[in-house]
Amino acid sequence: MSNEQQIEGKAFVLGKNIDTDQIIPAEHLVYSLDDPEERKFYGRYALSGVPDAESGLPEGNTPLVEEDKFESEYSIIVGGPNFGCGSSREHAPASLDIAGIQAIIAPTFARIFYRNSVDGGFVVPYESLEDLSSKVSTGDTLRIDPQNRSVHNITQDETYEIRPLGSVADIVQAGGIFEFARKEGMIPCQ
Amino acid sequence: MGMTLTEKILANHSDSSSVEPGESVWVDVDVLMTHDVCGPPSIGIFQKQFGEDARVWDKEKLVIIPDHYIFTEDKYANRNVDILRAFAADQDLPYFYDVGSDDYKGVCHIALPEEGFTRPGEVLFGTDSHTCTAGAFGQFATGIGNTDAAFIMGTGKLWVKVPETMRFDFEGTSMPPYLMAKDLILQIIGDIGVDGATYRTMEFGGPGISAMTMEDRMTLTNMVIEAGGKNGVVEPDAKTEAYVRERTDKDFEPVYSDADATYHSRYSYNLEDMVPMVAKPHSPDNKATALELEGTKLDRAYIGSCTGGKLSDFEAAAEIIAGNELKLDTYIVPATTEIADKLETHTLNGKPLIQIFRDAGCHIGQASCAACLGGPSDTFGRLNNAEVCISTTNRNYPGRMGSKQAQVYLASPYTVAASAVTGKITDPRVFIQETVI
Repeated sequence: MSNEQQIEGKAFVLGKNIDTDQIIPAEHLVYSLDDPEERKFYGRYALSGVPDAESGLPEGNTPLVEEDKFESEYSIIVGGPNFGCGSSREHAPASLDIAGIQAIIAPTFARIFYRNSVDGGFVVPYESLEDLSSKVSTGDTLRIDPQNRSVHNITQDETYEIRPLGSVADIVQAGGIFEFARKEGMIPCQ
Repeated sequence: MGMTLTEKILANHSDSSSVEPGESVWVDVDVLMTHDVCGPPSIGIFQKQFGEDARVWDKEKLVIIPDHYIFTEDKYANRNVDILRAFAADQDLPYFYDVGSDDYKGVCHIALPEEGFTRPGEVLFGTDSHTCTAGAFGQFATGIGNTDAAFIMGTGKLWVKVPETMRFDFEGTSMPPYLMAKDLILQIIGDIGVDGATYRTMEFGGPGISAMTMEDRMTLTNMVIEAGGKNGVVEPDAKTEAYVRERTDKDFEPVYSDADATYHSRYSYNLEDMVPMVAKPHSPDNKATALELEGTKLDRAYIGSCTGGKLSDFEAAAEIIAGNELKLDTYIVPATTEIADKLETHTLNGKPLIQIFRDAGCHIGQASCAACLGGPSDTFGRLNNAEVCISTTNRNYPGRMGSKQAQVYLASPYTVAASAVTGKITDPRVFIQETVI
């Protein structure tokens, strides 16, 4: 069913219940997403609300984005259960996207965050069959292979299983809900 | 096969005469609500996708309620309200509750029912996770992001995955005098966990819920998102209809769960057995009883928000605070201007509630979300340092109310007020016991 792209990159590892205040603290939600200069701040502050000791497991004390930079050297987040719980703020998946994150792998996602990630075309949320946050280390290179429903940890030479995207795969492949709706003829093409 | 209330609303608003959990359906939207944080980006996406001159699908169905970052000097936050103002004027929106005008209301989730937008049987989406509050009125109400909101602005529709329903019944015919709905929902979230209802509906029922006021019910449904729930619902009854009829002339059609509906799971709680509960830092499911935590030292008390800033919340707090000297810096933030007005007119032993709070030395803020979610550094009541706060709000994640170094305990207005009087976490039965015996 799926012709989703493979994604390869360095992993940034987080624990369970990473909420939207940790992903992008509310005080930063004032910047315009449309202004190219202001938009960059969402990248700079992505995951800045995570307590220092839990940022970049297992060692911690690793920011996703280095100080004074706007983009991250990491492109895949590995998290524990209930990733993205809390607020409906779409700024959360948007900030991860702006920081350079392409995909998140977690055993479960909070509903609104998952939906925002997909409908806005920001990051691809892959559900893993097990909690990988204690198996993968920050800095490991991962390759996500959606066709084979697997993630290969190139650094540790291990392979993990992920679930298929299911009914949202079409929206992910289209690049978001608007692109999907145009393809389906629900709204006119621009 | 019977359907639950939620399934029935989604079926009524889609092309299908019946729906089953797990299937995705496109539903027609009755009300879309947005505020100052998520409104501007939603408008930006709407204009980008549908064109600069596009009109919203139905101006009678779009409600804009600025409430989050209102009384601040932050120029970006103020710009957000300017964007809403310009959009509302351009689109000629009848339901824009502008800051600084007589229409200004305050917290959207309480303003929506006050203004008659929470109608049984309807579908409400809002760009705020606590939109689920409106489920107290038997409405399907849930939070969405900016992209989905922009899609609704252009089309009036959105896809929804039909959730399974978890049923929570309350036994007992009245709420014990020391107990509040906040205690019940903290108990439930503590029992099922912060992801215990992910992708599901939490439906509340039983004789206990019939005894609850609409405000009690709103406290329950407000926090279903803290268990990961998609929406929370209470079946409408005479109280619901009376509340809604007082505030709107619009027709609505209440729906009810069928007796043979299928539930994911069922839970039962007896009100008589329940006790004042607290969520410890830094998660709403980190439960303890107030009694277990008695003596925990605090720096601040906060009474406000969509969960804990309603009139009944302040009536409860005033019962305990009246005539006492407070040992904590205590912040009072009415959710809406209507509630703020009632604090002036409603009395306890002949004294206006607001006077009780003023005499006790409380800091009193203007109707808004204020420090519930941190906000700009000049936000009223924000935790800027490593303070320990007991709060009636709904979230205590790290940094939620400001500083990452702060610690937040969540509790009912009774427990927060009792703790404000003693300076330490205190079971409110210490103050209310005589009325119980």
